[in-house]
Amino acid sequence: MRGQPLLSPVIHREKMAAAPVMMPYFGQQISSKSDLVPDWTRQEVSTGTTIMAVEYDGGVVIGADSRTTTGAYIANRVTDKLTRIHDKIYCCRSGSAADTQAIAEVVAYQLGFHSIELDEPPLVETAANLFRASCYRYREELTAGILVAGWDKRKGGQVYSVPIGGMLVRQPVSVGGSGSTYIYGFMDANYKPGMNKEQCMEITAAALSLAMERDGSSGGVVRLASISEEGVERRVILGNQLPKFSTH
Amino acid sequence: MATLTAVRPAFGGFSFDNCKRNAVLEIEASKVGCSVPAARKTGTTICGVVFKDGVVLGADTRATEGMIVADKNCSKIHYISPNIYCCGAGTAADTEMTTQLISSNLELHSLSTGRLPRVATANRMLKQMLFRYQGYIGAALVLGGVDCNGPHLYSIYPHGSTDKLPYVTMGSGSLAAMAVFEDRYKPDMEEDAAKQLVRDAIAAGIFNDLGSGSNIDLCVITKNKVNYIRPHDEANKKGVRFCLPNSCSA
Repeated sequence: MRGQPLLSPVIHREKMAAAPVMMPYFGQQISSKSDLVPDWTRQEVSTGTTIMAVEYDGGVVIGADSRTTTGAYIANRVTDKLTRIHDKIYCCRSGSAADTQAIAEVVAYQLGFHSIELDEPPLVETAANLFRASCYRYREELTAGILVAGWDKRKGGQVYSVPIGGMLVRQPVSVGGSGSTYIYGFMDANYKPGMNKEQCMEITAAALSLAMERDGSSGGVVRLASISEEGVERRVILGNQLPKFSTH
Repeated sequence: MATLTAVRPAFGGFSFDNCKRNAVLEIEASKVGCSVPAARKTGTTICGVVFKDGVVLGADTRATEGMIVADKNCSKIHYISPNIYCCGAGTAADTEMTTQLISSNLELHSLSTGRLPRVATANRMLKQMLFRYQGYIGAALVLGGVDCNGPHLYSIYPHGSTDKLPYVTMGSGSLAAMAVFEDRYKPDMEEDAAKQLVRDAIAAGIFNDLGSGSNIDLCVITKNKVNYIRPHDEANKKGVRFCLPNSCSA
């Protein structure tokens, strides 16, 4: 079978002894024997990725790298993986680029419609449940690991994790994507509840830099955003401005 | 702890059952020694760049069937609407039919809204269709045009993911073309500089990729005018030897 680039960059933490045969065959294209067309043109586009979301009192901080790969080629080195779902609800996408873009667009439509019916800004938990509904129903066909984060009037800043398989869980801090495996230790050691917005921004930038340094599927620039009652503030940290940890 | 998979009865949607059968047939055929007829692919180098007043799209003109050149002068820049054009790489039939379908739907949509179509609309229609077919439609597209919100450029992959960027390349020669772009792209270029850049990027694909060749087609789209230049550059005339300056093998 033509290579399965989706699987290797994406972690399988949530699947307990899942048979590899369950992973989508739908992701492969019919093979062609043409040597003139190199392998990576036939591989699916994957957001290799490191994504992260942190709650603080009054809002959330979300961050992501900016690399999208087709096999070993970087298709887009300035990707924006922080996708707007509603005014104060964003999602961080990891996994298959096509799957996550399609899901995010569907959920954005559903949530926009729901918000007009309600005549009120929607809840973050609602958005997270809409993601979970799609990701769970089509779990055999999709490869999507998503972090839903935002601010609403009822519960303030919230982060919900919807990993592959379609689980839904609220967490104060969450990381995702292929690069996340390299920063679990850093997060466990350095995250403390009760941090303010600037501290959250710093720890997110630091964690993403570390992951981008070690994970081949993550890189480019660091995109940050903070969501609170005041609105959404977006930042970009370019490659040469990233925090440096290596001494050699 | 394996999850149970119940076979769901198909209710609407496209049935992909024959795809598994086709894969098996291909393996069986190769065991016997014959090969399944290869679909004609546009090996291809296609690219696009946003400049000050609009977008420039470029493409080579070679279509291959396996290792043979099936068409030396095929047209890879397809019409979508008066202000939007789309380059296609991958399976030639797929790019042709996909762009024609979306062009038709977009014209109906435009008559319904009473407005000139937007590039984002064409992008949405294309990505939703390609996602529906889960990558089995092998169409990798570079979509560009100018609408009421300015010039826009998208790259669309067979599985349905899209990227909105100031310069994009697709196809087997995309690495060669991207190398040229990464070196010389500047924001807000003039039209002539943009045309020269696209011409050089396609030329890089033609001369360094076996799947691309022949001529260079260009399409310059600005607010009020579309300039479809076919061919812009006959880089490979029949009978004319390609010679690097100061070196020529007999």
